Amino acid sequence: MPKLKINDVEIEVAPGTSILQAAEMLGVEIPRFCYHDRLSVPANCRMCLVEVSPGPPKPQASCALACADGMSVKTDSDMVKKARKGVMEMMLINHPLDCPICDQGGECDLQDQAVAYGFDRSRYYESKRAVVDKDLGPLVKTVMTRCIQCTRCVRFADEIAGTPDLGLYNRGEDVEIGPFVEKACATELSGNLVDICPVGALTSKPYAFSARPWELRKTETIDVMDAVGSNIRVDSRGTEVMRVLPRLHEGINEEWINDRTRYAIDGLKKARLDRPWIRDEKSGKLREAAWEEAFALIAARLRPLAGPEIGAIAGELCDLESMVALKDLMEALGSRNLDCRTDGAHFDPSARAGYIFNSGISAIEQADAILLIGTNPRVEATMVNARIRKAWLNNRVSIGLIGEAADLGYPYTRVGAGPREMESLLRGNNAFADRLARAQRPMIILGAGAFLRPDGSAVQALARQVAEHFGVVREGWNGFNVLQLAASRVGALDIGFLPPSGAMDIHAMLDGTRTGRIKALYLLGVDEFDVRAATGWQTFVIYQGHHGDAGAARADVILPGAAYTEKDGLYVNTEGRVQAARRAIFPPGEAREDWAILRALSAHLRCELPYESLNALRTRIVVEWPHLGDIDAQGPAPWTVFGRQGSVSESPFLSPVRNFYMTNAICRASDTMAECTRAFVEGRLSQAAE
Amino acid sequence: MKKHVDLNASYQPASFGFRDPSAVSEIIGRYPPGRQRSAVMPLLDLAQRQVAADGLKATPPYGGWIPRAAMDEIARILDMPPIRVYEVATFYSMYNLAPVGVNLVQVCTTTPCWLCGSDKIVKTCQDKLGIGVGETTPDGKFTLVEVECMGACVNAPMVQINDDYYEDLTPEGTGGLIESLAQGKKPPSGSQSGRKGSMALSGPTSLAAQARSSMK
Repeated sequence: MPKLKINDVEIEVAPGTSILQAAEMLGVEIPRFCYHDRLSVPANCRMCLVEVSPGPPKPQASCALACADGMSVKTDSDMVKKARKGVMEMMLINHPLDCPICDQGGECDLQDQAVAYGFDRSRYYESKRAVVDKDLGPLVKTVMTRCIQCTRCVRFADEIAGTPDLGLYNRGEDVEIGPFVEKACATELSGNLVDICPVGALTSKPYAFSARPWELRKTETIDVMDAVGSNIRVDSRGTEVMRVLPRLHEGINEEWINDRTRYAIDGLKKARLDRPWIRDEKSGKLREAAWEEAFALIAARLRPLAGPEIGAIAGELCDLESMVALKDLMEALGSRNLDCRTDGAHFDPSARAGYIFNSGISAIEQADAILLIGTNPRVEATMVNARIRKAWLNNRVSIGLIGEAADLGYPYTRVGAGPREMESLLRGNNAFADRLARAQRPMIILGAGAFLRPDGSAVQALARQVAEHFGVVREGWNGFNVLQLAASRVGALDIGFLPPSGAMDIHAMLDGTRTGRIKALYLLGVDEFDVRAATGWQTFVIYQGHHGDAGAARADVILPGAAYTEKDGLYVNTEGRVQAARRAIFPPGEAREDWAILRALSAHLRCELPYESLNALRTRIVVEWPHLGDIDAQGPAPWTVFGRQGSVSESPFLSPVRNFYMTNAICRASDTMAECTRAFVEGRLSQAAE
Repeated sequence: MKKHVDLNASYQPASFGFRDPSAVSEIIGRYPPGRQRSAVMPLLDLAQRQVAADGLKATPPYGGWIPRAAMDEIARILDMPPIRVYEVATFYSMYNLAPVGVNLVQVCTTTPCWLCGSDKIVKTCQDKLGIGVGETTPDGKFTLVEVECMGACVNAPMVQINDDYYEDLTPEGTGGLIESLAQGKKPPSGSQSGRKGSMALSGPTSLAAQARSSMK
């Protein structure tokens, strides 16, 4: 353990720690541009120079110099100050003075460090260079003249995203960053390039020229675009969400987020339901209504019905509180027809270990063999995929895939296409079986797509057998992981938003609307399928949600709810981790928080729900499900028998996410996501010359 | 000097293949296992020389350069992302990424050569060839470029033509050089003033006896 002194303060660090990291532990600030603690260290910006003795009488780059015993480091000596000033002056030689029109202004490392460590005037009178801007697609805007060649973006694309498309080409004063050939940065993580760029060379295209950082109100909350539950910060101004940035959570998303999380927010301003609507019986058209009128109509239509004639379905963006409120309301009305599996999945939800990501996302780094079954994590859960890539990069973990072949950003062995190969794994006549058997910490990641088939329960049981056969579940390690797709799903399964035996599930309910067994259907944010085609015309459909999408198109009454940025709510991610989202802005117009709508409706139905505040509702939740009160904890998931043994069909697994950029009602309303679809999915980029 | 590179230009051939696979595997074999990517530089050179050999037979002829297809092929052979090959190829001035003439005349204009009259050498080349710096003659025989120091300052001014240095140049001598190259001859490389190597112009000044005996 090397012991050294930094600014005369002694510190002992682990071998291999750089001086910059050691200084950070002591709270000593060392300016830097190219160094990023999650990327490799090129030491090319030279901003982190410090004076080290013993050593040559010149400043040294602290990011790439490992601490050694007996070192004495000065980070604020005259030599260091002069060196930083020199580096800063060189850096500013070719940097334009366009801060007033630069989107990075106010949160720019170069700006801040020039003030803190630079020289107060320029001595440069020659002409500056200009660099041609690069086309990186619809999300990342480039102003390459501002680039200081720190190569963070090159390393990010290479190491984290696994799409080595960016490079540093030419040399000396002609050096440029770019893809060299006309090519958009085709990764679902491209928005992070904007975050890591220390200057204004890479900025957010949809956010261009729209706000300054000091105008924004920052709300720390949770993302609902996938079941990973990335931690985000929503920056809002007035009634508008301006942008979404990642928030550090080592267990989930580290400091990255995917492009849907970051850029789908313009969908929050479009196609919103901002007042109640009622379908006119004569014309069949929707007309605006007041809350009282809508509630009165619902009450009039529901009161004559028997409980089992009513059904309720919860969609994929719902918060836990509103689902509990809806469940309570249904119970009060005498109905047990509940379901949350809007994708029509077949699996056994009786054991929690059977539907959550048991090991936790960060444990992927400890796995020594990973078997992906029926999933394409790159589009289903980009942050999980990034973690798998990290595990491959650091430990060369062996990865096998049973499912559709796809470019995941790391090499893998394709074990097979369908559940039959899971059986052959069990029999051991498969090359990857050997690898799994030898692993100390084997992991299975079962995609939600594996359940989207009639034999889903059998696949689940088979996966459990595979897990047990290969010791995926052992003392101190549970590597059996289900990768859910919907932010609300695990929460809904935890609270039992499911039909008990004898009650109708989603398939039965939708059939029931046609046969007349279901006379009223309550849809809480259900937009995942074509509701109009799936429901019979006689059924009275109540839709509560925030977007005018598939559900609202069929509804007889629309109750305008709040989107995820507009309400406090709990979400349980695919790991089973309970997370609290916070309100960043108010819902538009007449729209209200979802639990409150259900509470108000219950009064009209004369079965008043026993909670008058969100806190009271949360207390009620914790009383019944104590683990849901434990924020950021995974909760217990004992290993038991689950799934239904049965024969599996030969049909191959298909990933349910065909288009990463269009997965829910918010994305479908987003222009940015539509543009991404054109550019990345349909490939209609300025790539014609390629 | 900035190289203009257009990977989508019309002159880019659609495909490229190494004619001599044994040369390729010999080069790759020079590097220890797992370090095959180090072969990128000699392979780029091999590609450039193969194109140069083809160019001599073409009409109009052309010199050695590396098409995009060759860089992509090298990336494929070495299992590395194409951008990593582009990075290397654009960094070094010895790799030509656009077609050049059969004789690539690189005139050094860095300070020592410039002090010894490289301006006149550049002027002579321009007049003799009828082209400006960075241009290629219509017959495809010459491309004239300016380069930075090539490390032959003792024998300034100098030019490099393809693989050979021509040193101690005078404007007249340069003109003759170009004429004989135009006729397809290959003038002897090295000092054009007759001195041996980088020996002092006034003859040996130190260790004179040994130097004289070695000259005999």
